[in-house]
Amino acid sequence: MTTGNVIQPGAEAAQLYGTSRAGGPVNLGDILERVLDKGLVIAGDIQINLLDIELLTIKLRLIVASLETAREVGINWWENDPWLSADAGRRADERELRAENRKLRGRISELESGEPNGSRR
Amino acid sequence: MTGNSGLWAYAITEPGGGDALTKHGGGHLSRLTGVAGATVRTVAAGGFTVLVSDVDLAEFGEVALRRNLENLTWLEEVARAHHHVIDAASGLFPLLPTRLATVYSSHAAMAAALARRQEELRAALRRVGGRVEWGVKAYLAPQQDARDTEQPAGGQVGGETAPGEGGAGLAYLKRRRAQLNAGERSARAALAGARAVHEELSGRAAQARLHPPQSPQLSGNQMPMLLNTAYLLDASASDGFASAVAAAATAHPELRLELTGPWPPYSFAGED
Repeated sequence: MTTGNVIQPGAEAAQLYGTSRAGGPVNLGDILERVLDKGLVIAGDIQINLLDIELLTIKLRLIVASLETAREVGINWWENDPWLSADAGRRADERELRAENRKLRGRISELESGEPNGSRR
Repeated sequence: MTGNSGLWAYAITEPGGGDALTKHGGGHLSRLTGVAGATVRTVAAGGFTVLVSDVDLAEFGEVALRRNLENLTWLEEVARAHHHVIDAASGLFPLLPTRLATVYSSHAAMAAALARRQEELRAALRRVGGRVEWGVKAYLAPQQDARDTEQPAGGQVGGETAPGEGGAGLAYLKRRRAQLNAGERSARAALAGARAVHEELSGRAAQARLHPPQSPQLSGNQMPMLLNTAYLLDASASDGFASAVAAAATAHPELRLELTGPWPPYSFAGED
């Protein structure tokens, strides 16, 4: 594998960024996702439940904003993920949805108020 | 280390599997350092060889660990060190990476924990060991958005309203609605494309895992992530897989695909 391997198969087509073990620093998010969430769990006699670590609930914010759309289309695997289906996860979801609702309501009234006087915004 | 030291586990392998570490005695791996800069060594425990390093329980004991894991700077350093060891070793022999913060107060405690699960772990090593993991992320390609929102005023949609009939405001509103609908349609098409890519790539892999998509802060990429997956492959299949991803990228201009790897088989070390 080469480092910084960017393939552009055609104009405006997808890019591939390849990284290699010899390559530069690997994205911290990708590392955390794997070392905290994947990997073999063998009970140590020093017991740390990573789910109890507050900071790690950053994980709950990994969900994309288009959560609702994805769910409609049936991409909802995270609902079986203990990190994301925890209570805190649902609360984070709800917060996100509420924020999105607020944004959409704002946008609607913006559009509606633009209608009678013909202003562009 | 004082009597107050514990063992940090990085990975397990078959008995003797870690011999490569000592065979490379004069090489760089003899200086392989792990968390807190400690030297990594292999120990026999519970029917396996385990990659470990000593850790001071004042920093890595239960109470301290709980506190330190809340510190992102500390966490990043430890996570990178943990990954570095596993990554270097996985190129030399088949292994199962252990989750971050697997710490034992003694060798006996570690051996007992591994011995209890010997059969299951052995099966996992057979299934996963020696294979590599590739990560593929699919993003919604930005040029789609740009095209949708920068449609000129005289375009197909705005043209439906005759001049003087409802005025510029209504025309704008209609155009805006059409743009929003088009945006939603292209997002749906991209999601469908992402699923198709995942099906295609899964067919080439020994196993596949779906991870939750990452937020832009974490991915460092402003494009919305639609798919975040991991594929388990024989090392020899890596080149063919990369070509398949390239082909998928060409076939799906609505997506931006990102390939990372080869990773140690993190996503496949635990249970299904």
